[in-house]
Amino acid sequence: MTKVVVAMSGGVDSSMAAIILKQQGYDVVGMMLRLWSEAGKEDSNRCCTPDAVALARRVAARLDIPFYVVDAKEIFRSTVVNYFLEEYLQGATPNPCLICNRTIRWKFLLEHALAMGADYMATGHYVRLRSILEQKSSQQAEDRKIQLLRAIDRSKDQSYVLHILSQEQLGKALFPVGDFQKDKIRKMAEDEGLPTASRPDSQDLCFLAGEDYRKFIERNAPESLKPGDIVNRDGSILGQHQGLSFYTIGQRKGLGLASAQPLYVLAKQIETNRLIVGLEDELGQNELTVENVHWIAGKPPDSICRVEVKIRYSAREAWAEISQLEGGNIRVRFDQPQRDITVGQSAVFFDGDVVLGGGRIVANDCV
Amino acid sequence: MEETIYLDYAATTPLDERVLQSMLPFLNHIFGNPSSIHQFGQKAENAIEVARETVAGVLKCRPDEIIFTSCGSESDNLALRGVCFAMREKMNKNQILTSLAEHHAVSRTAGQMAELFGFDVEWLGVDEFGMVSPQTIARGINNKTALVSIMMANNEIGTINPISEISEICHKQGVLLHTDAVQAAAYLPMDVDVLGVDLLSLGGHKFYGPKGVGVLYVRKGTPIFPIQTGGGQEFGLRAGTQNVPYIVGFAEALRLTEMEREMRTTHVKPMQDRIIGSVLENIPDSKLTGHLEHRLPNHCSFVFKGVDGNLLLTLLDSAGFACSSGSACKTGNPEPSEVMNLLQLPSEWGLGSLRITLGKATTIDEVEKFLANLPMLVSKARNLK
Repeated sequence: MTKVVVAMSGGVDSSMAAIILKQQGYDVVGMMLRLWSEAGKEDSNRCCTPDAVALARRVAARLDIPFYVVDAKEIFRSTVVNYFLEEYLQGATPNPCLICNRTIRWKFLLEHALAMGADYMATGHYVRLRSILEQKSSQQAEDRKIQLLRAIDRSKDQSYVLHILSQEQLGKALFPVGDFQKDKIRKMAEDEGLPTASRPDSQDLCFLAGEDYRKFIERNAPESLKPGDIVNRDGSILGQHQGLSFYTIGQRKGLGLASAQPLYVLAKQIETNRLIVGLEDELGQNELTVENVHWIAGKPPDSICRVEVKIRYSAREAWAEISQLEGGNIRVRFDQPQRDITVGQSAVFFDGDVVLGGGRIVANDCV
Repeated sequence: MEETIYLDYAATTPLDERVLQSMLPFLNHIFGNPSSIHQFGQKAENAIEVARETVAGVLKCRPDEIIFTSCGSESDNLALRGVCFAMREKMNKNQILTSLAEHHAVSRTAGQMAELFGFDVEWLGVDEFGMVSPQTIARGINNKTALVSIMMANNEIGTINPISEISEICHKQGVLLHTDAVQAAAYLPMDVDVLGVDLLSLGGHKFYGPKGVGVLYVRKGTPIFPIQTGGGQEFGLRAGTQNVPYIVGFAEALRLTEMEREMRTTHVKPMQDRIIGSVLENIPDSKLTGHLEHRLPNHCSFVFKGVDGNLLLTLLDSAGFACSSGSACKTGNPEPSEVMNLLQLPSEWGLGSLRITLGKATTIDEVEKFLANLPMLVSKARNLK
C-alpha cells in the first residue's frame, strides 16, 4: 500500500487532504510540525497552538490514522526566523513562508516522512502537479518532468509560495485539494462533520502570533531601527523615519508628513538610511531584476519569453518579458508599470497554468 | 494497529480476560447502589466487601485498611493531602519529605501543598541510578515531619527503592511513610508489614485490571482526613457511590497478579536481560538508565546520545513498535523529564530516552524483531537531527 504522510495543521485544507487521500486508498499518516515561538510566547505560534494540535489530533482520530508531532523549533528559528530578521536588517521585506516551505516543510518534514517509510508527502496547498515527458531525441527516464500548476481555484492559488520546490521534492509531493474549488472543500468538510470546517483561513506569519511584525522587530532586531531622514527624489529632507524596517514600498499611512498631496514610500536606501517618498504617479516601475532564481524544470526557458509575473503573494499577475542576465539573474520588463515592487519579495513566473519558477527581487537601479 | 507490537506495559496493560469476566455481571444485572438497604444494594455491597477482603489478603492487612479510589493518582493525593492536613491539625506538623524522582501525582501535589497551603517540602535527591538512599531520609526528618513519601519503583527508569530500610528509619523517628507502589505492584510483593509502610497507593490498570480504579492502603490509626466529602463511603475517607464493577475487577486482577507473580516474572526477566544486553552491545553511544539489578523485571530504559526521544518513538511506531520515552508527552516539545535531569547525564543524552516495558503477552519473537529494528531506527533518528 502506498504510504503518504499528510502535513496537518488542524485546518480545513490539510484535514480534507488527509480525507481525500484516505478515500483514494492510500495508507495515510498525519504529521504536524511544532514551530518556534518567542520566549514567553510558547504555544502561541498560530500554526501549532495547543488548540491546533488538538484539532489535528481529533481529525486524525476520526480518520483512524496515526498522528505524530515533530519538533522543528530550533531549525525553524535558525533558518526561517533568522532569514526574516536578516532581510529586515538589510532593508528588504522578506517572505518567510517561502523559506519555511523550502527548508522546513518540504525538506525537514519530508525527510522525517521518508524516514518513516512514506512514499509521498501531502499538504493542503492549493496547487496541482502534472507529469510530462519532455520532447527530446532520446526518450530517457530523466526526461520525465513534473510541472507545478496553479490551482483550479485561482483565488486560492498558493503556487507563489511553492515555486521554490525542486523536481526531487515535487516527485514526492501530493496536493489533493488543488483540484477543487475552496468552496467545494469547505462543503466536503462540513459534510464530513469536520470540527475544522468553519475555522478561518490563516493569514499572518505564524510566529508573530497575531502581532504586528514591527513589535517583533523591535524586540528581536532593534539594531535595524535606526531613525533617519525621509527625503523626496530631489534629496530634500521632509521628515524623520523610525527605522526602515517599519515601512513597506507603496505605504502611504503612518509617514507623519504634512503635504498637499498624499506621499508614498518609493524606496529604502540602506547605505544612507534614507526613506524616499514621492507622489502616487512616481510609484510605478517598468522593470525589475531577480536573483537566486529557481527554475522548477531545473533550467531556464530556452529563449526570451513572455510570461505572467507575480511580485508578491497577494499581487495580481502582470504580463512581462523576461530575459537572462549574466550570472543567472533575470531581468523582468513589464508591459505596464507595476506599483509596490519590493526588495526581498519573490517574483514568480507563470506560463499559463504552469509555474516556471522565480527569484528574489533585488534593489532596483531605477530608483 | 494489529501488527504493532506493544512494548509499553508500564504505561498501561490490557484487561485480563478473566478480570473482564469477573466484572461483567456488575456492569449488567447486579447494578444496585452498595449503600442501599434493599437486596439489590446488598448484592453490590457484598461484591465490594469481598473485593476488599481479596485485596487485604494480598497486602496482608485488614480489610478496613483498604480504601477504593478512582486511580493511583487519587490514592497519592488522598495520602498526601489527607495525612498532611490531619497531621498539621492534630500534631502541628507541617513538613513533607519526598524525592525529586517521584511521579507527578506525588511531586505536584507536594508542590501545591507548599505553594498554596503553607507546608514545607524537603526535596530529596537521588543517586545516579535514581535511587533514594535511607541515609538521606534520616537526614531529612525533623520534629515537624508530617509524612515521608517515596515511590517503590520508578515509572521512567524502573529503579526499586529500599522501602523496608526507609520504613525502618521512619518508624524509629515515629514518622509516617507513604509509598506510591503503582508501578511496582505488577511484579513486587505488596506485603505492607514486610514493607513497613503506613500508606500505599495502587492503580488497577498497571496489572491487567481496569483503568479508573485504585486503592489506598491506610494503616489503622493513621491520622487522615478525607479530601472528597459526601456520603461517607469508604469509611468516611472517600465519598461517592463506589464503582462496583471496577472494584471487583481490581481485586480479581490483583489476586491473579499475586498468584502468578513468579510465573510472570520468570516470563519477562530473560527477555529483559536480552534487551539490555543487546542494546548496549549493538547501539553505539547508548546507556542503561536506572539500576541494573534493583529494577523492575519487565523494565528496560535507555538513553541514546544525540537522539530526540520523541522522534525515535515516532519512527518506532511507524515501524510497528509501541514504546515510550518514560514520561508520556505527545506534544513534540522536547524537554528532558525531571527524572532524566537527576541522572547526571551529559547534555546531548538527556532527550534521547527510550523505555521498553514487557508484559505477559510479550514473546521472544517480538523482542527479537524489535532488537533487529532498533539500531537502524536509532541511527535514522540521529541522522534526522
